[in-house]
Amino acid sequence: MKVGIVVFPGTNCEHDVAHALGLLGADTELVWHRETNLDGLDRIVLPGGFAHGDYLRAGAIARFSPVMGPVADAAAAGVPVLGICNGFQVLCEAGLLPGALIANRDLRFICRPVHVRVESTDSILTQAAKPGQVLRIPLNSYEGNYVPSDTTPSPTLRYCEPDGSVTDSSNPNGSTDAIAGLTAGNVAGLMPHPERAVEDFMVSTDGRVLLQSFLGT
Amino acid sequence: MKAIVTIRRRGTIADPEGSTIQRALGDLGFDEVSAVRVNRTIELEVDDDARIQEMCERLLVNPVMEDFDIEIVT
Amino acid sequence: MSTDLHRRLGMTDEEFSQVGSILGRPPADPELAMYSVMWSEHCSYKSSRAFLKDLPTDAPWVVVGPGENAGVVDIGDGWLAAIRIESHNHPSFVEPYQGAATGVGGILRDVFTMGARPIGLWNQIRFGSLDNPHNRYLLGGVVAGIAGYGNAVGVPTLGGEVEFDDTYRGNPLVNVMCLGILQRDQLVLGTAGPPGSVAILLGASTGRDGIGGASVLASTGFDEAAATKRPSVQVGDPYEEKKLIEACLELYERDLVVGVQDLGAAGLSCAASEPAARAGAGLDLDLDAVHCRETGMTAPELLMSESQERMMAFVDPVHVDDVLSVAKRWEIDASIVGTVRQGDRLRVFHDGQVVADLPASSLSDDAPLLHRPVKRPEWIEDLWAEPTRPVEADLIDSLVELLGDPSLGDPSWIYEQFDHMLFLNTIAGPGLDGSLVRVRGTSKGLAVSTDGNGALCHLDPRRGGARLVWEAALNVAVLGAKPLAIVDNLNFGNPENPEVMWQFTETLAGLSSACTEMAVPIVGGNVSFYNETDGVDIYPTPVVGMLGLADPMPPLRGTVAPGMAILSCGPAQTPNLAGSAVQRIVQGVHGGRPTDADPDVGSASIATAIRVAHEIDGAVLHDVSKGGALVALAELLIGSRVGATLSATPYVHAFGEDPHRFLCLVPADSIEETVRIAVEEGTRVELWGATTGATELRIGQTNAASIESLAAAWRGAIADRMAGGSSG
Repeated sequence: MKVGIVVFPGTNCEHDVAHALGLLGADTELVWHRETNLDGLDRIVLPGGFAHGDYLRAGAIARFSPVMGPVADAAAAGVPVLGICNGFQVLCEAGLLPGALIANRDLRFICRPVHVRVESTDSILTQAAKPGQVLRIPLNSYEGNYVPSDTTPSPTLRYCEPDGSVTDSSNPNGSTDAIAGLTAGNVAGLMPHPERAVEDFMVSTDGRVLLQSFLGT
Repeated sequence: MKAIVTIRRRGTIADPEGSTIQRALGDLGFDEVSAVRVNRTIELEVDDDARIQEMCERLLVNPVMEDFDIEIVT
Repeated sequence: MSTDLHRRLGMTDEEFSQVGSILGRPPADPELAMYSVMWSEHCSYKSSRAFLKDLPTDAPWVVVGPGENAGVVDIGDGWLAAIRIESHNHPSFVEPYQGAATGVGGILRDVFTMGARPIGLWNQIRFGSLDNPHNRYLLGGVVAGIAGYGNAVGVPTLGGEVEFDDTYRGNPLVNVMCLGILQRDQLVLGTAGPPGSVAILLGASTGRDGIGGASVLASTGFDEAAATKRPSVQVGDPYEEKKLIEACLELYERDLVVGVQDLGAAGLSCAASEPAARAGAGLDLDLDAVHCRETGMTAPELLMSESQERMMAFVDPVHVDDVLSVAKRWEIDASIVGTVRQGDRLRVFHDGQVVADLPASSLSDDAPLLHRPVKRPEWIEDLWAEPTRPVEADLIDSLVELLGDPSLGDPSWIYEQFDHMLFLNTIAGPGLDGSLVRVRGTSKGLAVSTDGNGALCHLDPRRGGARLVWEAALNVAVLGAKPLAIVDNLNFGNPENPEVMWQFTETLAGLSSACTEMAVPIVGGNVSFYNETDGVDIYPTPVVGMLGLADPMPPLRGTVAPGMAILSCGPAQTPNLAGSAVQRIVQGVHGGRPTDADPDVGSASIATAIRVAHEIDGAVLHDVSKGGALVALAELLIGSRVGATLSATPYVHAFGEDPHRFLCLVPADSIEETVRIAVEEGTRVELWGATTGATELRIGQTNAASIESLAAAWRGAIADRMAGGSSG
């Protein structure tokens, strides 16, 4: 199982994702954004960070990096592709996922644990989880507010209270329909960071089930 | 009537966003672009344009960093 | 050339004359520009240098002491840690977002210029009262700037402190600290290397940042209106800095550089001259080769520019191509701007001509050394004589008032804007006593605490300075770390005021004696003078940044749960409330002479705290400082929603802030063992109460409050005040 982790200039979570996937037994390889050969990769992750400083719009410049054509081809060929936070933003800008991410409702960066509910296990992101399962995972973003397009499907993850109910107050950033993550075919994206919830001293180990789903283990 | 306030970073102040966009355009083959500056536009619907200047000076514009001009559209 | 040009550049006539003597002729404009920035207070420390030379800076584990870009200490097994602290006070008042952002950028460069990867940032920010909308604007802007830069550059912000006091109205303080780690063989110094080395300027283009919109030195001549234009505010670009960090770390890893210097205040003037001086060599600097974003920049402008995100690398000629291709890969610009020469002259070329020719070392070594007068204020004795007899108010009322004060209340409105989890090494993050990060791949943890207290230091700068060192040490000790090294940021008023210089020298004496008694060296520091408005100086506000080492790491901190014993450790609180939050906030009084630190007691407390953190499973330790023991306990109860019952507590014991005190919450069956450790180390320990399953705090027979009511007061302290209007 070889996972390619794409690195744009300004990406900063690539080593964290590599560490977390490594704990779950996966082999990882960093892929620089100018690389066009993705042969031999069983999975592709676009990790968090600030590709191109988030200038113009988050992910707006990264979507044109040479690697993104091959990423789209790989996705079309059935390779599971996961976008985390900035990665989710890049996938939306690239049209590999529907909708867009805009500034948080309160116009402040948010770094804290949030609760998300598994809405569907029919996804490369949640196939190892249980429907309705509540996970506590760190959110870390300024542009985490999801705005759907006409083709946005039912979400995979929604922000919720600790007891699983979806309320206004449990929506940290104003995302429409409390959408925290979604899936289109074998491409998935989520705003919270599962790699930040994998070891005992972290806020939880709930990120493991999402990463395990993605690895198919 | 509408007042369109265009807010620009003062001339010599760095615009990292503009220069990153210029580079990105260059990477995409648009090498005829020699400079990019990112400005902001604030549109105000008003009955009377007498105090637009004052609104700019008091709230809308950061005089340490920014210059502005006002266009009135009737 | 105008005869008063030097004055417009901020130089005195004596300094101008001194330059003439050094050169043996009148200086050319570019030379004058260089001396004016290098000899400024900010760069030369002319008012403070004379007094700083006696600070204790040695220890066997110090690899690089004060004088380089960051202090570096040995943490064992081939690993080093680099730390630095800096202030960006005045720029943050002018433009809070960019002032704070560029402060973060600058401190990062100081650390990664040493060969270290930055792994953590801390900020210490101080403002006037949040009741004033302008201070809400400043807080909002500064926090957004630190977040905007720190998050985007990809370095976690792991902690800090915030304080609100009228003394900072008009003079906000923004201090930032950075920690980096490196393997020993990657240490890089700011040296130009041997003659023949090539100087390569890396990073952002040079513009007119930090200098007048129409520079006083424009070749078109001095224009009255133009000269009054505000200087071009420096804008930070964290994206450029991130690329610069990665490029530099690759250069170090591949051993491609001889020396590196970051460009901060005094830009090229400093980055060209200091490394040459350190190498005992000269340098030819070609301004025509500098990559610029403005056209037509004059030589003085190029030499004075404070454009951000730039580094100067000194490279053996055989490695130049490799360095340029590393820069290209990381998508940063690079220009070959100079060559290191035999001798000691710094020669600057522009338009193909020599425009400056001076001894490289004179810019730093010959900087003025002022012996500012020092005078003990006449009012200090009267201030000390004010009674500190506590007003006997209701314990719960005072507790709620303190918890609801922005200086003591919940700072999460601030730190939830910072990425504090990046790198997956944060064991203890913002909101607690100090921060603790693991050094992955080793058994080690690094702890950092930053502490300041303006009111305390105003009442007694010597005792205050010493107490801050002891407090910072205890804050890392409760995390299980041994104090290792200190950096200090000294924020003071006008040095031309002899009373301010008294505060300064007293503070240094206090810091010195505490560091000596504790055997912890000062490996770097920063001085910020001229924090005054309308002739009123701020309270002397030294900030101590303490680095501690835990090897091995302690077990994970326990969770506060019902059925734990609450132990109060350290000396009994005296009736002296001088300098305390309760005195200031509840009583509205500022006077008395604060209790002095006691090195024997302090050392015992530190040793006890470290041992309890390591040996008592499930222990929760918390330093007692601002607000006293009852506020410290309330913070733990609020965080875990657990109640407690305490024995009857005299007012002073609840809120006094005497040094060397901390709380231990331990499982009931560990009381005996904890007490045994304390007794062995010589620390007084008292059973104060126990945590309970009821959600209330009960003190003695008569005082009680629901945890929810305490939480509501604490949570809203900053958040409620910022909810309405942090406009701007």
